[in-house]
Amino acid sequence: MSLNRREFLGAGAAAVAGTAIAPGIRLIELASARSPEDAVSMQQRWGLLIDSSKCAENCSACVSACHEENGVTDEGSPTTDAQWIRKVTVKNPTSGYSHSLPLMCQHCESPPCADVCPTGASFRRADGIVLVDKHICIGCRYCMMACPYKARSFIHETITDQKADAPRGKGTVESCTLCVHKVDRGDGTTACAEACNKEGHSAILFGDLNDANSEIARRLKTEASQQLRADLNLNTGVRYQGF
Amino acid sequence: MTHTNLFLRIRSWLVMLIATVMLQATAGIVYGDGHGNSRVPMPSTETAKGEKCVEPEDVMKRKHMEFILHQRDKTMHEGIRTKQYSLKNCVNCHADPQTQSVLGKDGFCESCHAYAAVSIDCFSCHTDSPEEQDAAVSGTVFGSIFDSNITK
Repeated sequence: MSLNRREFLGAGAAAVAGTAIAPGIRLIELASARSPEDAVSMQQRWGLLIDSSKCAENCSACVSACHEENGVTDEGSPTTDAQWIRKVTVKNPTSGYSHSLPLMCQHCESPPCADVCPTGASFRRADGIVLVDKHICIGCRYCMMACPYKARSFIHETITDQKADAPRGKGTVESCTLCVHKVDRGDGTTACAEACNKEGHSAILFGDLNDANSEIARRLKTEASQQLRADLNLNTGVRYQGF
Repeated sequence: MTHTNLFLRIRSWLVMLIATVMLQATAGIVYGDGHGNSRVPMPSTETAKGEKCVEPEDVMKRKHMEFILHQRDKTMHEGIRTKQYSLKNCVNCHADPQTQSVLGKDGFCESCHAYAAVSIDCFSCHTDSPEEQDAAVSGTVFGSIFDSNITK
């Protein structure tokens, strides 16, 4: 006896349902490494977890490593030189307790920089990395004003000797890219996190917030953490601990 | 009658003669003498590395800008970093081994864009030199032995 149309469709639906056994358990596992021809997807959300209690006050290894990796150079103008990451010292005025932490683009889920950009140059990639498309950036600097973290810089000088992976040019705005070239290469880390581990502090952890098995997701689930300016409801990809 | 005919014939010869002379003179200015002595320097298309480009030469000449533009948006917004049409790949192969650049008077990109009177600004942001890793690859064997000797 052959199946009629209704029976055939029913059997097909049952087979599809069978691939998802239970929430979080799949017969077909998602591929963790992406090949160069595949587009980024929302399956990942890259982020950082920064434990400021482990961050040494006199250490700026993350800043130097970031600027070395991305070819961010000192143009001799401290007030306008680009800062992709900077060390900030926070102090409790009542107790006097102070400590420092690295601050960079927080890779918001709803980035104010992208909201105000008149050309669409500021955008959030599907995997949560907030970037500037310098091909269409007109240098208006609205995004710099909109960012609550002051994470963006404008390039005033003609730049030479850029890194192959980090194009930079006069008249455009830039900020932390979460080492997007390393992420796309599958390095699984950023220059700042690498440098911090090398210094023995291990205050910066990079990972996929959507992957329940990743260390960052596990720690965010089991330990207390917070977003900077959580009141703005930006759902940042960079989270902090220890203050 | 015959006088008028003769006059008209002489006039048409003269017009043709003048036209021919002018045409030759114009051709001389535009094309030079055909031996590279044109007023606009011929572009340098010397490429030290690799046997052939990612597409046939005639396709690349006409369409390289379209390939790069398409790849630009794919890379920037979707994170697709295939090598075939990437600007980085262009620079890695076409950079002059002496100057380590695609720019300059004899640079692969700049010389041809100057010849074609095209103004591009890729290299106001992108580096005009090949990747550091690539430079390191050619000297890997010697470099690593040398380094290990020092550390030991």
